[in-house]
Amino acid sequence: MTLEQAATRDLAIPPSQIAETGWGWGQVARWLVVVGIIVGVLLPFIPLAVWSFSHRWYFPALIPTQWSMRAWHYVFSPGSQVPKALGYSTVIALVVTLLSILIGIPAGRAMGLHRFRGKTLVEFLILAPTIVPTIAVAMGIHVAFIKYGLADTLLGVILVHLIPVTPYMVMIMSSVFANYDPEYEEQARTLGANPVRTFIYVTFPAILPGIVVGGLFSFIISWSQYVLTLLIGGGRVITLPLLLFSFAGSGDNPITAALSIVFVAPAVIFLIVTSRYLTGENAAIGGFGKI
Amino acid sequence: MTQVNLLQLSKAYSSADTYAVHNLTLEIASGQITALLGPSGCGKTTTLKMIAGLLRPTQGDITFDGQSVLGIPAERRGAVMVFQNYLLFPYMSVGENVGFGLKMRGVDQQTIRRKVAEILDLVKLSGFEDRRPKQLSGGQQQRVALARALIVEPKVLLLDEPLSNLDAHLRDEMRELILNIQRQLRITTIFVTHDQEEAVVLADKIALMFDGELQQFDRPNAFYKRPISVRAARFFGGVNFVDGVKRGERVETPLGIFHVNRQEIPDGPVVITIRPENLKLGEEGENAIQGRIRSHVYLGTHARFKVEAGQWHLEVVAEASSVEQFHDGEILSLKFPRENIWLVPTEK
Repeated sequence: MTLEQAATRDLAIPPSQIAETGWGWGQVARWLVVVGIIVGVLLPFIPLAVWSFSHRWYFPALIPTQWSMRAWHYVFSPGSQVPKALGYSTVIALVVTLLSILIGIPAGRAMGLHRFRGKTLVEFLILAPTIVPTIAVAMGIHVAFIKYGLADTLLGVILVHLIPVTPYMVMIMSSVFANYDPEYEEQARTLGANPVRTFIYVTFPAILPGIVVGGLFSFIISWSQYVLTLLIGGGRVITLPLLLFSFAGSGDNPITAALSIVFVAPAVIFLIVTSRYLTGENAAIGGFGKI
Repeated sequence: MTQVNLLQLSKAYSSADTYAVHNLTLEIASGQITALLGPSGCGKTTTLKMIAGLLRPTQGDITFDGQSVLGIPAERRGAVMVFQNYLLFPYMSVGENVGFGLKMRGVDQQTIRRKVAEILDLVKLSGFEDRRPKQLSGGQQQRVALARALIVEPKVLLLDEPLSNLDAHLRDEMRELILNIQRQLRITTIFVTHDQEEAVVLADKIALMFDGELQQFDRPNAFYKRPISVRAARFFGGVNFVDGVKRGERVETPLGIFHVNRQEIPDGPVVITIRPENLKLGEEGENAIQGRIRSHVYLGTHARFKVEAGQWHLEVVAEASSVEQFHDGEILSLKFPRENIWLVPTEK
């Protein structure tokens, strides 16, 4: 192609199209952000993974001088506390998530759709646990829980986990309901759906993205809770974070590393499974946009 | 075929003395189309939702064929509402949307599929079953919403502003469609609108509401010939109002004495009203007054003159050729034909 042809061809395409089809600066910047996020999230795991298979690894060696499966054997051996802690963590996080959904739907609906007396106060009270230091509240709750026999029990830990979890769930659900048109429910009713079926066929699908995202938040917050579990569980309810801290304190780096990977895995899996609700047109939380 | 009666129906909002709807009594004939007409906020949508069972009346009763339906929840009442913004369920296909009502009634899949196809054919959307609501135009969405309501064979069809979200040519199409379907299926239909034209072209009878109260319930042409008040007349495009005092068949006004036909309105202060198209420009005789043409607009098929008479400004619609005959600033006579004069009470 001659220079002249090339020039006319370029002129025939409006500048806006060039930006969309070619490698404009916007495109480059976008890819840089994506690569940056991947590097930022994945890079810290590389030393963790290496540590978990190492036996001896002293400064200035770049890679471990001796490799071993000891840490992984320990993590999955029935004798260690890890499988049990994993079970506790999972049960607690799942039950807390379920309860927070059951609280979040009606609370979010009230906050998002209705105006009532004292709404600002209620809003403040719901948000309070995110502002007040947990430890301050937990001390008082501990005293009360001892009185009611909830201290050192699984139920007590589940209940206390609801304190940091609920504000996020309610916030997400109220923003979902603020963008929700309850007339869809009225439409379903006049078409012959009773209140239960209206919820199943109309309300639930509409708020599902919010439930998934809120559930993800709840699960992760509960999963990584340390102080509250330690205080209310009293050392009887052992979860992964508790084990992790004790190994980190003991200085056994390979086991700490292996445990960290086990600890992070569910969060990453959940994030991947729910990612389609986090971004895109039907995003449950705004502001993220599409990457 | 269901006759709907509203008996002294009232809906009060939380602050007890403000009524969205107050003492509304209407007899809606079976198989007809009735319009609830009024400016926004006059309580017409509230009335529709009460009939549908979505709102509980504060007082009064609603009956279908003489049986009170207040105790029947919305899903079993048999009154289906089509909302102004269609409200198609976004995560369902067109077919699933239309079949929703039958699914809720436990009808088997095969019958649903057959009936959905039939009803989509009726609204001229054959083969649209697998589309998503998002892929449809406004007019198509409206027809899907209508099909979704019709498929359950409702006793009463309730339409909220059925034409207002559509542009001009779609309106005509939709109007034809609603009228055709209504004629075929003979479903008692009640619709709400703020547009008098929409009410006139669609309805067999119109209930005009202001501030939650019924003003007038009549056939469409009555609102042009026999409006009940100045406000009702204005709502239907009435512009000519002259204050006077009625004594028998004479009305004394500052413009002179008008002779009118017998009317059931007590003697005393009244307002004379006459449609612009009934005023006769340049004609002499009984009830003729002097006026000066202030301005005119030529509209192709007809012309509209503004005439000043004393303190009043009157509007006259005349045939198009009259613009060559009459000129701005001209003083001439203006006749109020006796049979076209209508008297309404003075506004408080």
